[in-house]
Amino acid sequence: MSAPSAVVSPIFGRLSLDALPLHEPILVTTFAAVALGGVALLALLTWFRLWGYLWKEWFTSVDHKKIGIMYMVLGLVMLLRGFADAIMMRLQQALAFNGSEGYLNAHHYDQIFTAHGVIMIFFVAMPLVTGIMNYVVPLQIGARDVSFPFLNNFSFWMTTAGAVLVMMSLFVGEFARTGWLAYPPLSGLAYSPDVGVDYYIWALQIAGVGTTLSGINLIVTIVKLRAPGMTMMRMPVFTWTSLCTNVLIVASFPVLTAVLTLLSLDRYVGTNFFTNDFGGNPMMYVNLIWIWGHPEVYILILPLFGVFSEVTSTFSGKRLFGYTSMVYATVVITILSYLVWLHHFFTMGSGASVNSFFGITTMVISIPTGAKLFNWLFTMYRGRIRFELPMMWTVAFMLTFVVGGMTGVLLAVPPADFVLHNSLFLIAHFHNVIIGGVLFGLFAAINYWFPKAFGFKLDVFWGKVSFWCWVVGFWMAFMPLYILGLMGVTRRMRVFDDPSLQIWFVVAGVGAVVIAIGIAAMLIQFVVSFMRREALRDVDGDPWNGRTLEWSTSSPPPEYNFAFTPIIHDLDAWHDMKRRGHERPVAGFRPIHMPKNTGTGVVLSAISLVCGFALVWHIWWLAALSFLAILVTAITHTFNYNRDFHIPAATVAATESERAPALVAAE
Amino acid sequence: MIPLHRMGRALRLSALLALPALLGGCNLVVLSPSGEVARRQSDLVMISTALMLIIIVPVMALTIFFAWRYRAANKEAAYEPEWSHSTGLELVIWAAPLIIIICLGALTWAATHLLDPFRPLARGAVERTVAEAERPLEVNVVALDWKWLFILPEYGIATVNDLAAPVGREIRFRISASSVMNSFYIPALAGQIYAMPGMETKLHAVIDQPGDYRGLSANYSGAGFSGMRFRFRGLSAEDFQGWVSEVRGSAQALDRPGYLALERPSENVPARHFSRVDADLFDAIVNMCVEPGKMCMHDMMSIDAQGGLGVAGIGNVQRLAYDRGAGRGRALFPERTVVSSICTLPGPSAERPWREPVNPAPLAGAGLLRPLSSRLLPLAASRPPAIPES
Repeated sequence: MSAPSAVVSPIFGRLSLDALPLHEPILVTTFAAVALGGVALLALLTWFRLWGYLWKEWFTSVDHKKIGIMYMVLGLVMLLRGFADAIMMRLQQALAFNGSEGYLNAHHYDQIFTAHGVIMIFFVAMPLVTGIMNYVVPLQIGARDVSFPFLNNFSFWMTTAGAVLVMMSLFVGEFARTGWLAYPPLSGLAYSPDVGVDYYIWALQIAGVGTTLSGINLIVTIVKLRAPGMTMMRMPVFTWTSLCTNVLIVASFPVLTAVLTLLSLDRYVGTNFFTNDFGGNPMMYVNLIWIWGHPEVYILILPLFGVFSEVTSTFSGKRLFGYTSMVYATVVITILSYLVWLHHFFTMGSGASVNSFFGITTMVISIPTGAKLFNWLFTMYRGRIRFELPMMWTVAFMLTFVVGGMTGVLLAVPPADFVLHNSLFLIAHFHNVIIGGVLFGLFAAINYWFPKAFGFKLDVFWGKVSFWCWVVGFWMAFMPLYILGLMGVTRRMRVFDDPSLQIWFVVAGVGAVVIAIGIAAMLIQFVVSFMRREALRDVDGDPWNGRTLEWSTSSPPPEYNFAFTPIIHDLDAWHDMKRRGHERPVAGFRPIHMPKNTGTGVVLSAISLVCGFALVWHIWWLAALSFLAILVTAITHTFNYNRDFHIPAATVAATESERAPALVAAE
Repeated sequence: MIPLHRMGRALRLSALLALPALLGGCNLVVLSPSGEVARRQSDLVMISTALMLIIIVPVMALTIFFAWRYRAANKEAAYEPEWSHSTGLELVIWAAPLIIIICLGALTWAATHLLDPFRPLARGAVERTVAEAERPLEVNVVALDWKWLFILPEYGIATVNDLAAPVGREIRFRISASSVMNSFYIPALAGQIYAMPGMETKLHAVIDQPGDYRGLSANYSGAGFSGMRFRFRGLSAEDFQGWVSEVRGSAQALDRPGYLALERPSENVPARHFSRVDADLFDAIVNMCVEPGKMCMHDMMSIDAQGGLGVAGIGNVQRLAYDRGAGRGRALFPERTVVSSICTLPGPSAERPWREPVNPAPLAGAGLLRPLSSRLLPLAASRPPAIPES
């Protein structure tokens, strides 16, 4: 019929001034605030002449510790964006009753819930988890860096480029209105002709490059760079869970890349993999995306299971109960996580036998998970539990996560899923495991390893404020959703007709506000801790009486992590070294071979960002040009032979003697 | 440090005490539905939860107890820093969840087969509600942008966003969609099943109590998704006849051009009635060939099954007649094309077979013994069903 095939300019593609959301007052205000904040930040950086420092010491750094910290900063910044989306949804749903349309139109609201999911998974949870692994794993295995330091820097910047592309969609054009997994046919060209889904595709593709490469990097690091004597069964549990997570990443992210490639072929060149016509089938997309999507859940939670193991053992002052069964449980979860994807769409009409198979495999995962929980319990048993912040988060996790696990198994029973699928019960369930498991774990990890990274502990008072706000806020925000789910309320609704539901949405909204206070308290905690850093100073590098190798070096560790590669005789290597009266070497230092910083990662990811933007807006010349530039830059970088240097023995000796008095002297 | 557990416990206790009071006021339709199928599904929710609580409650209690008992301040408690292994304990740790999962797995296997939405309600299972003589009520459901179309072939009528069914009579839904995925869900009646374009899903249910219920789409489908609600009424036989007459009294009829106009995106659509409906309309919708001159899916699939038309097939396309893009936002692209052909339908859906009602007994699979759990649990048939010989 009328095909108003809009003008596609050869120079600007689909991009025109109409793409700026000037008619959306909320977005204009947000943009003004962001622009003001951004300008202020840039001005401050310039005023304090920090650009050179940031570029030389951070952006181009190939040091796994600095990259880990940058991942954490990225994750926390994106958490603020993702949470802003969350609280806007809560407000909309609390308001839209009794004929009120709320304050968000469908066009805006549908983007918000899509962006919330995408950002929280890909640009909050993933960077935070990757950041922790990046920081801790090499230290735990006694390595000086990861196997491929440049690749590590490149991975980080690709993830960041993906995040920037998502943020750009806020002010230039729009984001997808499809839900966070962008099921076709809705995400196909016929029903989402705008740029939103293209932003989604290219943001995830660019970030996916970073995630996959960082997965490869960490696997190789763990397999190849362990200190002598650290056999696989002497690896700290966190390293084990990181290994399994990165195996999952490397095995599953290519599926995501492939399925998004097929979707982009449908959208860009008119193939019909997932259309309704021409023999395409959208269910193929649903299968493929969940073959990635379910392992993704375990990618997020497994490293935190490792964190809880480290924290429980350290703060109970006790060896971890059942180390071997912990390791096997992790491996079993890793394998089983590939056999359950169909439980996300029991309701699409698979036969009863197929549904039962996937339901039962899902339940089977709860056995190793349950075993892990019991292992933490019996680690606490006959321990001397110090309730520092990381341990508080761990206990909160244990009490919260079991409820999420239970509702998860419930949803795995297909006939029960028929009445609960896509309901707010489901929403409550996965927030229960992601907040109660992944986020609580991340907060435990941040509080636990912060002194290692920065040389001072985090402030306890504000940490407790944050803790209680998060825990109470979580229960307030999500218990009502369980109840609403049982009242037959489904997800992604913008307006409601049944006034009796409103009270529950209001309670959930108040819960979200309490969580907001928790987030604010955490930010205050960082500031207050920085101000009080002298009082909170970690002088000996081992503030918690730790058990693993990272506590054997100073806080923050020197650039090279360990002056001498430690030799491992036992699980809990540092605990063992302390017990056997380890003497810190004071002489005999040798030059240390280190990788040099490089800006190539920043440059490559910046060009990738341009390429992604050009593809979103159909600016073909720019896409081609930037793609060519990526190739040229990458190839040129391979000819850069000036990529390593040696820290002279004298410098190492000086650094060590400066830190020496502080380091734990073994008695 | 101690306040952690004390406060945590106090909070939890007070929450538990306050919950029933709060819940008294609201309608937990999923747990107290009005249809046999939904009731069984809700039973399953309760039974599974109870099974899991067997392990969850002790774990939570132990967590709190250990956290309190072995706090650093309590010097009375034993401290064994090197104790980290116990084969006996490990066995219990792995076996306890395993046993629960074996029970739950058996229950799942039985219940999933028994409550398979594609499976006609076995008489033995729902004898209480489905009268012997009555034929099931057939309802063809189409999810449109953004409303529901119901076609009752037996009566030759169609409605939008309004559906009724006689109490106690089995309802057989055939479900499809016009453009994107939705999920057909009447919480009081039965669990949901997706409505997908070019595909047909089935659902079997029966409503036990007269009443006015709500139905909705449970899968996000675009801008007008929130307004995809419809009314579902359980009526007595007479009232149902009255409702049918009321629909028949409508001046409107639904033919193919009428459907193409109806399927265009629209939001918050009030109920509409059509006194007459083209007999082959639903099949044309499922085969995505309502537009005149568009090749039907089943034809395309049969051509493809024989190896396809090769290059010749590419020329045989025409523009898709109806602009969905404009209805959903700016259409920046030329229209999609479709394969053109003379539309030939596979024959009315009424002639295509439903699955035979099956004996719920051999749930273990052909030749295997029936699992014990399904005999013990209220989900399964209480006595051997009478399978019609014909």
